[in-house]
Amino acid sequence: MPFDVYLNVAVGGILTGLVYGLMALGLSVIFGVVRVVNFAHGEMMSIAMYLAVVLFSGLHLDPLIMLAPIAAVLFVFGYALQAGLINPFITRPEHSQFLLLVALAIIIVNTLLIVFGPDARTVQTSYAYDSFQLGTLIVDATKLYAGGAAILFAALLFGFFRFTLIGKAIRACADNHTGALVVGLNVRHLYALTFALGAACVGAAGTMMTLIIDVTPMVGPTYTLLAFVIVVTGGLGSMPGALIGGVVIGLTEALAGLLFTPSAKSMFAFAILVLVLLFRPQGILGKRVI
Amino acid sequence: MIRIRTPNRRHLLAGAAATAATLAAPAIGRAQGGPLKVGVLLPRSGFEAGIGQDCQRGVEIAPAIFKSMGLPDLAIMDGDTESSVDTARARAEKLINDGAQLLIGAFDSGQSTAIAQVAEQKGIPFVINIAAAPDITEQGYKFVFRNFPTAAMILGDAFANQKEIFEIVGAAPKTVVFMHVNDTFGTAMSKGIGAVMPKFNMPYTIAEEIPYDPAARDLSVEVAKAKATNADALLLVSRLNDAMLMTRELVKQRWTPQAILSMGPGWYEDQYLKTLGKLADGPLSFVPWYDPNKKLSQKLEAALAKSFPGINLNTNHIFTFEALLVAADAYKRAGSSDPKALADAIRTTNITDNVSIGGGIQFNAKGQNDKVKDGAIQNRGGKLVTLAPKDAANAKPGWPMKSYQDRG
Repeated sequence: MPFDVYLNVAVGGILTGLVYGLMALGLSVIFGVVRVVNFAHGEMMSIAMYLAVVLFSGLHLDPLIMLAPIAAVLFVFGYALQAGLINPFITRPEHSQFLLLVALAIIIVNTLLIVFGPDARTVQTSYAYDSFQLGTLIVDATKLYAGGAAILFAALLFGFFRFTLIGKAIRACADNHTGALVVGLNVRHLYALTFALGAACVGAAGTMMTLIIDVTPMVGPTYTLLAFVIVVTGGLGSMPGALIGGVVIGLTEALAGLLFTPSAKSMFAFAILVLVLLFRPQGILGKRVI
Repeated sequence: MIRIRTPNRRHLLAGAAATAATLAAPAIGRAQGGPLKVGVLLPRSGFEAGIGQDCQRGVEIAPAIFKSMGLPDLAIMDGDTESSVDTARARAEKLINDGAQLLIGAFDSGQSTAIAQVAEQKGIPFVINIAAAPDITEQGYKFVFRNFPTAAMILGDAFANQKEIFEIVGAAPKTVVFMHVNDTFGTAMSKGIGAVMPKFNMPYTIAEEIPYDPAARDLSVEVAKAKATNADALLLVSRLNDAMLMTRELVKQRWTPQAILSMGPGWYEDQYLKTLGKLADGPLSFVPWYDPNKKLSQKLEAALAKSFPGINLNTNHIFTFEALLVAADAYKRAGSSDPKALADAIRTTNITDNVSIGGGIQFNAKGQNDKVKDGAIQNRGGKLVTLAPKDAANAKPGWPMKSYQDRG
């Protein structure tokens, strides 16, 4: 098979992987600080996808323009969810948290099913069928825009955690919960803020995902599982790890489909997960717990 | 003095007869008329929802036509398989428990196989509208009937119709890539190709076979792999969502094959035509189809146009309608809703005033209609034209496909 085929498929895989990475980044941020695993992560992404579809079909608003507003809506939703529903469960056993979030996921899926029905919905932008050709390399325009937006959004998030006082306070909460309380940080508010940031990430990822795939109410559980595979591969709680994990999984799926059989590409993503768990259980960029 | 009569043998016999008559009353009641309760199982949600809901249109236009044909009323009981084999089985059981006297469905081979097992076990007739996996009618079932060609029949007719088209246009692809869904239907078609294709001496060879997940959300890798073979044409067995995804990828990856030869659903559905507009033009589908020259076809077309303006008559409507036609016809002849009487009546079906291409509706000893034939159709300006077989054709083939990049 010619080299340019591998190159085209690899570039497509990396660009899709970047969006996967941004989605998983939200999960990693929430777990890294709040220590709650969001089992409704993919379902929250499907809310963002439906928002993007509704805004496009109703008002012809391009998903790339609606990226920030939809992320903001998910931010508010995430904050309210954490402050009102999840916060009382933070000190409870993990199985209680698991049941709460799985119940939330089921409620989201069924609400979307009632409101939007089972049909696949799509966003047909003016550039939906565009591609860029550079020599033998053909790059899908929607994937390029989505991947670029994912890098930008992730960079803003890294900047927020590194350079702002609130970001530093959140990191302090993650590093030492008791210490954060001793110095007078409002941990409850910071936890809600962190969950909101994670939800904003998944909101942005979902908005961009509508450029790449069709949305159905059942899309959520698939992406919740995928987000777990990515964060475990990249290192649970590591922000750069989530992005790298996304790219690794996106690339693996793409190349496995090309080299072996496309219908088994997900199997290879899980094979990577098994290898990571066997030989580097803390993930690619995760810290080893001694 | 009052004499107390002790029951003798004659009294006991009379009592037993009265009891038997009372117990038999429901059966007599069933024979006395009223609409036949028909459970219609379709994938109304899930990844096959678009096609399942399209089949439903065939259900909705049937009553008025049946009335004009003097056929009895049917009471439709809806069932949603949710595009899942397990749900199909559970819904079939529920419909029977709720009083369904006959089942129809279920578009998908895997789901139809599960329903067939339940129907046979419960002794309720099951008329398959659409499902091609050959095994379903090879199990020796007594209550399962299929008015739809098997995978081998579809393939045989598809190859014959392709050759007819190649002859008309004076051209043919030398190599094809065979892409197919890896579900029950796709796998059955894949197996069938190996057995059937050599018999037809086709002008092309299969450069590569690419199976894929019917619920896939991105087919970029699959299309890239197919494009890399430099094959002249695509030979396909797909569903609706994946057909749309594949078309988008063909456009994005700037590849217009000489022809798209589809041997399954997807490429001619209304949702495909409406969603893709000009990009939908060109694919050839080799599918069980209707004979536009038959009287009932024209009646069905008119009824569909009245109830669902702008929707083209297609396989989903035709075979769902015909499955109901089989049920109504059998109920009329049986004069009873007793499942065994219905099954016996279906077995002796001989409907010549029908819609699909071929010699009408009859079932062989296995419950298979072996008279039904496929047609070759092409998407043209949002409409569907019939190209083959000659007797049913109403247009000449457009060949080769116009480049996706030149469609404005």
